Amino acid sequence: MVSLLDIIGPVMVGPSSSHTAGACRLGLLARNLVGGTPERALVELHGSFARTGEGHGTDKAIAGGLMGFRPDDDRIRTALDIAEREGLAYRFEKEKLGEENEVHPNTVRITVERSDRSHVMLGSSLGAGRVIVSEIDGFPVEVHGNHHTIVLVAEDVKGSIARIAGILADDGINIATLRVTRKHKGGDAFMVIEVDDPPGEDVRDHIRALEWVRWTHRLDKVSS
Amino acid sequence: MYTSLSSAIAAAEQQNKPLSLIALEAESRDQGRAIAEIREVLHRALVVMRGAVEQGLVGDLKSASGLVGGDAAKVRVSTNGPFSGTPFASVLSRALAVQEVNAAMGVIVAAPTAGGAGVLPAVLTGLAAAKGLDDERLVDALATAGLIGAVVAERASLSGAEGGCQAETGAAAGMAAGAATEMLGGTPRQVGHAVALAQQGTLGLVCDPLGGLVELPCVVRNATGAAIAMAAIEMALAGVEFAIPADEVIDTMGEIGKSMDLRYRETAGGGLAATPTGRRLARERLVQIKKSGP
Repeated sequence: MVSLLDIIGPVMVGPSSSHTAGACRLGLLARNLVGGTPERALVELHGSFARTGEGHGTDKAIAGGLMGFRPDDDRIRTALDIAEREGLAYRFEKEKLGEENEVHPNTVRITVERSDRSHVMLGSSLGAGRVIVSEIDGFPVEVHGNHHTIVLVAEDVKGSIARIAGILADDGINIATLRVTRKHKGGDAFMVIEVDDPPGEDVRDHIRALEWVRWTHRLDKVSS
Repeated sequence: MYTSLSSAIAAAEQQNKPLSLIALEAESRDQGRAIAEIREVLHRALVVMRGAVEQGLVGDLKSASGLVGGDAAKVRVSTNGPFSGTPFASVLSRALAVQEVNAAMGVIVAAPTAGGAGVLPAVLTGLAAAKGLDDERLVDALATAGLIGAVVAERASLSGAEGGCQAETGAAAGMAAGAATEMLGGTPRQVGHAVALAQQGTLGLVCDPLGGLVELPCVVRNATGAAIAMAAIEMALAGVEFAIPADEVIDTMGEIGKSMDLRYRETAGGGLAATPTGRRLARERLVQIKKSGP
């Protein structure tokens, strides 16, 4: 569902809503996967993102997002210099990430590393600043960043959804949407839960404490 | 949110409300936000838009490549043209101003995109200044514009990579035409015709940025986009009705976009980007990606 504020907005550093603001938002989402500014980031750009992203500051915008800058942050202009100071080692490459008719022209694969954690995200910039994360660590998802989102990978056990929903309900957190996918029956299940309120540390601790949860992340809202 | 202008117009007529209110009520329902809060966010966007207009009109900005900057100021001070000193010339200079700020990596409001960010602020602030309309009317107009853009996003596209410049300055022209028509007293039905009249004039428009930069032809294309919006507003308020409904014109834009060769869809591989001069300027001015090893 499109919001008026998706159209009249974002307030952003130019020049391109898909290649600068949208790119920044994808960087912000990737940052969440390692819980902060990554130490290393590999950014593989596909299609239009690769071809015209250079002149649009896509590299600066993604680097900025990885460091926590929002689309209207002036620091985006000098993000690559700041990245060197902050210890973020980045590499940008052009890579074909799929066939023309299968993959959005503004698609990027971001691999982020911090300490011993490494995660990879596939996302696209849809235009006008809107984004979608379509894959995390090989699991298909649909995260737009319009809500605070909890993602988790768990063993496919009975009652798991009810347990997770219960933890959120106990904390007074309202669920907006919930999606469960799994690679095969009995294999890992992947949950994407969009919530109305930012989940606190204790919620994440409760989820992490469940023995059948393998990992869990919080992806903060990136829209205004 | 509405997925067709025809249903929004029908709701406006049935409930005897302007489209701006229909839009705000839909947004409030969808997002669970109070109308006053939504208006507040739109007002903040208006402030940024005005700031970009003012900054660009000063005329001392140059883009990273040096290819654009200073044209907004030229139009603003000129007395040579047939429209010099009129709202039309003011709108043109405002459109150039915002885009020059965008090209210099200044702060703008994507409305609907950054590539087309000059059109809506130029038409709305230019006409509001000419008619002495206050901020509340401008906020209403932004709501109407948002509704139109949401319909385009839903039915077609808002990215140059998918729909060419039809989806950026074209969509912006449709939004500006519809929103300004209502702002100047037009009926919901006239708003629909204004959108159709503007969008039809931008069908087939390619996205061909020189060197892939959002500079040329983007800056001037916002001015010509604003000019198309002005033509649509004048005709719609005069009672001109376009035979094809706005929703079908928007769908057509989407269909044309899908059939457009990749080189016309923000890859800098065709159109003006591929001219001898375009290629030379790209070679001379293109920014290189900085690589840093892990």
